[in-house]
Amino acid sequence: MSTSANQIEVIANQEYKYGFVTDIEQETVPPGLNEDVIRLISAKKQEPEWLTEWRLNAYRHWLKMKDPKWATVEYPPIDFQSIVYYSAPKMKEGPKSLADVDPKLLETYEKLGIPLRERELLSGVAVDAVFDSISVATTFKDKLAKLGIIFGSFSEAVQEHPELVRKYLGSVVPATDNFYAGLNSAVFSDGSFCYVPKGVRCPMELSTYFRINAKSTGQFERTLIIADEGSHVSYLEGCTAPMRDENQLHAAVVELVAHDNAQIKYSTIQNWYPGDKNGKGGIYNFVTKRGKCLGVNSKISWTQVETGSAITWKYPSCILQGDNSVGEFYSVALTNNRQQADTGTKMIHIGKNTRSTIISKGISAGHGKNTYRGMVKILKGAEGARNYSQCDSLLIGDQCSAHTFPYLEVKNSAAQVEHEATTSKIGEDQIFYCQQRGLSTEDAVSMIVNGFARQVIKELPMEFAVEAQKLLGVSLEGSVG
Amino acid sequence: MLTIKNLHASAAGREILRGIDLEIKAGEVHAIMGPNGSGKSTLAQVLAGRDLYTVTAGKVLYDGNDLLAMKPEERARAGIFLAFQYPVEIPGVSNLYFLRSAVNSIRKARGLEELDAFDFLQVSDGKMKLLGMDPSFRERPVNAGFSGGEKKRNEIFQMAMLEPRLAILDETDSGLDIDALKTVADGVNAMRSPDRAILVVTHYQRLLNYIVPDFVHVLANGRIVKSGRKELALELEEKGYVGLETTVAY
Ligand SMILES: Nc1ncnc2c1ncn2[C@@H]1O[C@H](COP(=O)(O)OP(=O)(O)OP(=O)(O)O)[C@@H](O)[C@H]1O
Ligand SMILES: [Mg+2]
Repeated sequence: MSTSANQIEVIANQEYKYGFVTDIEQETVPPGLNEDVIRLISAKKQEPEWLTEWRLNAYRHWLKMKDPKWATVEYPPIDFQSIVYYSAPKMKEGPKSLADVDPKLLETYEKLGIPLRERELLSGVAVDAVFDSISVATTFKDKLAKLGIIFGSFSEAVQEHPELVRKYLGSVVPATDNFYAGLNSAVFSDGSFCYVPKGVRCPMELSTYFRINAKSTGQFERTLIIADEGSHVSYLEGCTAPMRDENQLHAAVVELVAHDNAQIKYSTIQNWYPGDKNGKGGIYNFVTKRGKCLGVNSKISWTQVETGSAITWKYPSCILQGDNSVGEFYSVALTNNRQQADTGTKMIHIGKNTRSTIISKGISAGHGKNTYRGMVKILKGAEGARNYSQCDSLLIGDQCSAHTFPYLEVKNSAAQVEHEATTSKIGEDQIFYCQQRGLSTEDAVSMIVNGFARQVIKELPMEFAVEAQKLLGVSLEGSVG
Repeated sequence: MLTIKNLHASAAGREILRGIDLEIKAGEVHAIMGPNGSGKSTLAQVLAGRDLYTVTAGKVLYDGNDLLAMKPEERARAGIFLAFQYPVEIPGVSNLYFLRSAVNSIRKARGLEELDAFDFLQVSDGKMKLLGMDPSFRERPVNAGFSGGEKKRNEIFQMAMLEPRLAILDETDSGLDIDALKTVADGVNAMRSPDRAILVVTHYQRLLNYIVPDFVHVLANGRIVKSGRKELALELEEKGYVGLETTVAY
């Protein structure tokens, strides 16, 4: 066998540079889950009675549900009684201003490249920083408020805008939707909330940066974004976690609602700790994300770059209810070493002339396992509905695998549905060609992979596209000699 | 500049190069001709460091250094350029982005400052114009969907941008129409200089009318069986390879 075929199989130790732990005093409830724990979480957040009940109902229903087994991922049974459901850095009482935030937290975010201090704010990006179970800071809040935009932590929204939360919470992903959504509904701790009023175009990118820090802790965040008539918003989330030998659960729920003529662009750069090269440790990323195009001419666009997590299980979906509404899903999922990803989308066409586009790019290296699972469902009344799906897989080495499961359910005979799929191997000839032009093997792989993922990367907001490109390169470091 | 001594190389357990000796000095242009399957591309690829081929004996010195010990990218950075017989496609990567990364990685290795996008564009636009390339080739993905001739032209464009010291052109003329052949030959001739050497692999004497070589070698069965001046190419065109050792002796 030639050396480069060998090289392609060699998986070297890959450095995860976000793997540090912040040493900070945390307030933590004992591990385990029961109604008292749920009441405790709810009480800590001084939630109204209806919300406590909502959580308890979710919990009671969840008890009757089973961990889903249909995804092509393998992991030992999760002991839900060994997980800590609430952990938060101790903070001073009173209104949150950046001055009140523990300097250790500010330092943590700085190390992660997420500036929260006023003098270092990224222009054009507002950040909500979630540390384990709570939001520790939100930037540009006041400026956004002047436009009537509500952006901040979910807990705050419960206090300050209970009517909005009550109206929309669970309206897209009901508490009974699936096992992990049910668990989240019972124990969710914090997350981001955003409301953009009628006719307002949000002038900056909104983003949430999720950080898991505490040991044995699950992160169950809840994000709710509502774009009222004619409004536009672009939102981005980023995620990292320390390197730990044990697996940690992250079960989030994201709900988006777009009213008439509204547009929501939701981008994710997911870089949770993936585990080591032998598959020890890493985050189980079991997430339910769904958007509802409630109004006519509304549009919801999901873009995700998934490079982290030991296991990724997520299907950001669109319910295209309003006539002429548009759903988009652009995804790059990269699995290296022992990582597993089962990801895709559901596009449910209900309204007339609804359109959806699915572009999925799976990259597997090492012993990585990458599955695209997507559903296009066109209901009877969805006159003139159209879908275009494209699923491409790129294999690096021959120990990894790629699978594609497109499901199609078309009840309207006039609908147009198109599906294309390709699988290719990164070629030794491509790598050699790059090397012959002076590029190192790693730069060559990074360039080829970025070329492969380009259709998706270009959908990201400018500020993040460069970061995503680097991340793809870094995540593959060591995958080719 | 380049000294090849008794070079043997094999692939998939089969010996392809069976004792090559060749000396190339700075400023010279050498042409290698020879029947299909005689090992011309193999020689070119071995010089560039393709590890599909195992060198079983012999050595290659480049500027006095052991070339075979260098990684392919180190050879490129040291000034070796190979225009591929079959240029490779890289979907999604813009031609100019690719080339700028290449130019800058080589400049960096030579201790030169990297070219920013603006400077790079100025230089590259000039060279594209000289080679008669449409500006659309800046943004098109590397070689993807290029016609055969366009790919060859693109190789020469890359060569012009990378300014190698030793350029190996593997059948760059095949697939080119007559006008393109002239343009490409002009591009190559413009690169001729006392401190640069060029090794041209071709089947056709016609190219050598434009790129006039100092030496012509005939490769057959993995050996150089005849060497001469430029007239040898004419002779070969007339008589073919008959009489030269062309049958494989196993
Ligand atoms: N990777 C390989 N594995 C096995 N055999 C190979 C490999 N590469 C080349 N060969 C064989 O070695 C011989 C020489 O091939 P090479 O491509 O060097 O010939 P060439 O002189 O360039 O021919 P042409 O004029 O057709 O381009 C051929 O018989 C070819 O099949
Ligand atoms: Mg050849």
